[in-house]
Amino acid sequence: MPSLKELSKREERFVSGHRLCAGCGAGVIARMVMLAIDKPVVAGCATGCLEVASTIFPYSAWKIPWIHSAFENVAATISGVETAYRALKKQGKISKDVVFVAFGGDGGTYDIGLQSLSGAAERGHRMLYICYDNQAYMNTGIQRSSATPKCASTTTSPAGKVIPGKMQWQKDLPSIMVAHGVPYVATSIPGRWNDLISKVEKAIKFDGFTFIDVLSPCRLGWPHDPSLTLEISRLAADTCIWPLYEVVEGKYRLTYKPKEKKPVVEWFKLQRRFSHLLKPENSSLLEEIQKEVDRRWEDLLNKCESS
Amino acid sequence: MKVAKTANEAFAEAMRQIDPDVVAAYPITPATEIVQIFSQFVADGLVKTEFVAVESEHSAMSACIGASASGARAMTGTSSQGLALMWEMLYIASALRLPIIMAVVNRALSAPINIHCDHSDTLGARDSGWIQIYSENVQETYDNVIQAVRIAEHPDVKLPVMVTTDGFILSHCLETMDMLTDEEVKEFIGDPPERENLLKSIEEDKPITIGALDLQDYYFEHKRQVSEAMKNALKVIPQIGKEFGEKFGRSYDFFEKYNLDDAEVGIVVMGSTAGTGKEVVDEMRKEGKKVGLLKLRIFRPFPFNQLSEALSHLKVVGVMDRADGVNSYCGPLFPEICACLYDLPERPKVVDFIYGLGGRDIKKSDIEGIFNDLLKISETGKKEFNLKYIGVRE
Repeated sequence: MPSLKELSKREERFVSGHRLCAGCGAGVIARMVMLAIDKPVVAGCATGCLEVASTIFPYSAWKIPWIHSAFENVAATISGVETAYRALKKQGKISKDVVFVAFGGDGGTYDIGLQSLSGAAERGHRMLYICYDNQAYMNTGIQRSSATPKCASTTTSPAGKVIPGKMQWQKDLPSIMVAHGVPYVATSIPGRWNDLISKVEKAIKFDGFTFIDVLSPCRLGWPHDPSLTLEISRLAADTCIWPLYEVVEGKYRLTYKPKEKKPVVEWFKLQRRFSHLLKPENSSLLEEIQKEVDRRWEDLLNKCESS
Repeated sequence: MKVAKTANEAFAEAMRQIDPDVVAAYPITPATEIVQIFSQFVADGLVKTEFVAVESEHSAMSACIGASASGARAMTGTSSQGLALMWEMLYIASALRLPIIMAVVNRALSAPINIHCDHSDTLGARDSGWIQIYSENVQETYDNVIQAVRIAEHPDVKLPVMVTTDGFILSHCLETMDMLTDEEVKEFIGDPPERENLLKSIEEDKPITIGALDLQDYYFEHKRQVSEAMKNALKVIPQIGKEFGEKFGRSYDFFEKYNLDDAEVGIVVMGSTAGTGKEVVDEMRKEGKKVGLLKLRIFRPFPFNQLSEALSHLKVVGVMDRADGVNSYCGPLFPEICACLYDLPERPKVVDFIYGLGGRDIKKSDIEGIFNDLLKISETGKKEFNLKYIGVRE
């Protein structure tokens, strides 16, 4: 893996001038992913924050060939790009070795884009799919998604007098991707640059479909102090609500084990979407969530041990 | 070479001869055979094409968009619900100016679910920015696909083209047709003209962004360019049709006039029904009735002025719509024909006939009845109806 010093010398491929919010996780993630790839690269974006904020005509923050077509189909669109590459390479019309990356938010990945994601993964197109997972539909104004954690308040699962936010647990998408039998699946956060960079480097070496679910703090939707973006992502790993792991050819490996596993409430405290959980009347909900986080963490440790 | 082929086989054979770089498709009745036959061509190494067996038509069009935006010649095929599922992507393909070719086997839209022919699927896509070419028979289906490549890729056009054929009536009907040699097709379509694309930009190290967000300040101009491209297609389509005729003996234009120039009344019709209509015209002409027919081949771009001129001398025009507008007054083709006649100093009367929904058979006697209606209007000068449904139990 390159050192920070080496990375800093690489040419930026996702550059400033985009209009993502100050403190947005997605911009940090896109920049790091692009820096980690030391080869010619074509990227695509699903409709969403990253897409609308980075390519407002006539400007583009992408110094690489980039395509957007619609919301639910970035995996299918890049399938087409990658297939064209194979066809034209076979005919000797392309000389370069090219890496293909698809970016989707959790809406474009977990929900409306799940079908095209699954199709592309099953067919085994050579692409790295990055889900910048801010755990709700942030681009349309913070609506719940199947990636929204239990009890988070969103504009379509508001915490009210009777209902304490979203009532369901988030979908375990990394497991769904593992079940596709793809060679590489991982989770990551922008707050541990070496974790994300090394996973991207590893993923693009596989001749197949690879997937990284990157937690992407959203200062507007969670909301949190924009200066805390990276810290809040690290705290998600330290509380084990967002464990960092990778699954290589079906084998689980923990890539970060917190020295001290912090209570999940520490993470909740920094985000207003969970503020109702801090009220004494909701202490049982908090306990329930902590219990489930603990259970999932143990489950993951077992998977890693038995792999 | 004379061969017996169904329209589905003709589509697949044309695709083999075109030998596109990428085909992404999903099966749907009655278009399924196209991908089946073509998959076999791929499996047998008869084409250089990379075939993507996608998980839906939405992804088929998305993958074609990705491939075409990367400089590949991309094709697909579908029908009915499949086309409906692609809807969102149709507009994106045309506005990104991607010369994708799509074989569409016309089939009724659900509900009720039905697998047989009408034109509701493609006529519903009328404003999507796709060129639409309708075929009367298997031969035309084949010839139209080959011309479509040239039309789509023409530097002044750069728009996607759908070539349609009537579900089951043609898709599964064996007809004798003249098939060109592989070399003739290869020579006629040539190499695709160079376009800006993702992979070219990576080879040349000049990255491009495709599909950016256009707000109030640019969207309109970009949409305006799509309209201009469609207008340019009006020039290109007859040129290519003529060139095809000079090389292979079968010329094509926007439409075909059949006993129309000296007719008193005429029908406007698309697809296989034109063949039945010509029979009826022949028979009624023998009886001395001055009936004629216009078979519309190019629905998009709409040949407004040419149609206006071709129909101007008629006393009554009957529009045959194989789709219902469900709007209380007409099918989709009717208002367009009315519009192109409206400014004539002496314009024909126009009536609409909606027929053949869900594959309902259209018989010679039905068309004869239509002509008799038109002749009666011509004689009395009075329209007793604007719209008549043909062959339905009321």
